[in-house]
Amino acid sequence: MTEEEWTAVRLSLLVAVTATAASLPFGVAIAWLLARKRFWGKSLLDTLVHLPLIMPPVVTGYLLLILFGKRGPIGAFLDQAFGIVFAFRWTGAALACAVMGFPLMVRTIRLSIEAVDTKLENAAATLGANPLFVFATITLPLCLPGVIAGAILCFAKSMGEFGATITFVSNIPGETQTLPSAIYTLTQVPGGDAAALRLTAVSIAISMAALLGSELLARRVGARRVAT
Amino acid sequence: MSLEVDIQHTRGAFRLAARFTAEPGVTALFGHSGAGKSTLVDIVAGLIKPDRGRIAVDGQVLVDTERGVFVPKHRRRVGYVFQDSRLFPHLSVQQNLVYGRWFARGDRQQDGAAAGNFDSVVELLGIGALLDRRPDSLSGGEKQRVAIGRALLARPRLLLMDEPLASLDEARRAEILPYVERLRDHAGVPILYVSHSVAEVARLATTVVILSEGKVTAVGPVLDILPLADSGDGGSVLDATVARHDEPFQLTVLDTIAGELQVPRLSAPVGASVRAYIRARDVMLSLHQPQEISALNVLSGKVAAIAAKGAQADIRLDCNGAIVMARLTAKSVERLALAPGRPVHAVIKSVSFERS
Repeated sequence: MTEEEWTAVRLSLLVAVTATAASLPFGVAIAWLLARKRFWGKSLLDTLVHLPLIMPPVVTGYLLLILFGKRGPIGAFLDQAFGIVFAFRWTGAALACAVMGFPLMVRTIRLSIEAVDTKLENAAATLGANPLFVFATITLPLCLPGVIAGAILCFAKSMGEFGATITFVSNIPGETQTLPSAIYTLTQVPGGDAAALRLTAVSIAISMAALLGSELLARRVGARRVAT
Repeated sequence: MSLEVDIQHTRGAFRLAARFTAEPGVTALFGHSGAGKSTLVDIVAGLIKPDRGRIAVDGQVLVDTERGVFVPKHRRRVGYVFQDSRLFPHLSVQQNLVYGRWFARGDRQQDGAAAGNFDSVVELLGIGALLDRRPDSLSGGEKQRVAIGRALLARPRLLLMDEPLASLDEARRAEILPYVERLRDHAGVPILYVSHSVAEVARLATTVVILSEGKVTAVGPVLDILPLADSGDGGSVLDATVARHDEPFQLTVLDTIAGELQVPRLSAPVGASVRAYIRARDVMLSLHQPQEISALNVLSGKVAAIAAKGAQADIRLDCNGAIVMARLTAKSVERLALAPGRPVHAVIKSVSFERS
């Protein structure tokens, strides 16, 4: 493999890991809100979270460009206030991947939180645990396999995200050219087939490794829970 | 401690309106299923917010809807033992036990109280051998004992027990009851005990609150209240002391204010107090002192009241001040011409005994 190909692989991993790690706390928090709380605007929040799943990725990417671009309302503010720039940077690719993977992550975690018996949470509360402690010691450990599954789904989605990423941050080698973008570019040039095939193989290998890893992790968590 | 409850709560078509004060010891909340017992206990624990009313433990207000007070469940220090033990499946027995202790650290209870001390609670409940096990490897009875220990170690001011034995079979119940008795006598924590079993209430309770269709119909000491309980297996409770053992016949003679009772040999020593529970349907009535019958126990008394229910009638007898209930057919009542004030002899076919 050439240096450019390795760069694309490394960048893809960096983008996917960043997207997953950065969105996981928000994913868990929103999944918990949707699973356990009743509040005004709940359906609106639910719809908003799911929007990237049902909209064409290009539309999501374009909306990100409008909002988080250098002159977009949020992008301009973040740039001036914190010096955070998303436009045409790998961080922008991570943002696009996080947004696209978010609904998958939230859905999975929400289901696993709903599967935790509220009776156990009530029992913990009568023993003196405040809501945050109940969540940390009872809810989270019991829904951990679901959290892992949600994170893996988001990671896999990030590894494969193409439409929103290329629309938002373009296809700059070394900065925003992730695996799918690199494969797409290679298929557009004569003689790029061999390289495209190599990257495809790498892509498959990473996806399968992620899936296997999550299975093992979930099994270990599950085993710890039923161990006698 | 005292628990004051005066609440109203409506859920769908069910209306709960309960008002009572519980004194130290075990207060039994007694009633049929659907009477509102569990709802009432959930309200005391803070799991349900009542529509209206006031709850106070030792004068500290937990709920007062008029003044807008509602102490959240995790700040009430009210221990709760659920019917389905609700142990945390991902934690070991030991971790389950100490879960609540963490939050109770700040406020030490008075010295000498066994509640809150890990070793004495483990010893009291006989769970020392289970500490490293996981909840799903425990039997139903073991789970309940661990659940009781977990609640105690959170140093509660009040312990709620919602039919803690209902999900267990007879043998497991017999295994746990002595532990609950030891708890009552040694842990120094007042208990609100929900049950629909007359035998359990007779054995454990100091005070009984009878709940029927969401309303408190009677409150008072167990000996006075239990005979009034409108229950399927109505009966009466007699306080007794062991007078002597009749070794050749393997019998024990008990003294009660109603008279002597002879029962199969008890293991209790002479002088020990026991509580005798006599089911209403195990009592026959005779107008004359019965002669040459097999039953050993005949108490003399007067009919105090008759409550007719269709083909059956519950007769309340006053035997030298003690209440004994008898359940007869309406036909028998008419044949014997029973009426309040009429002297009768109660032939008792069997007595069940619980140590107290």
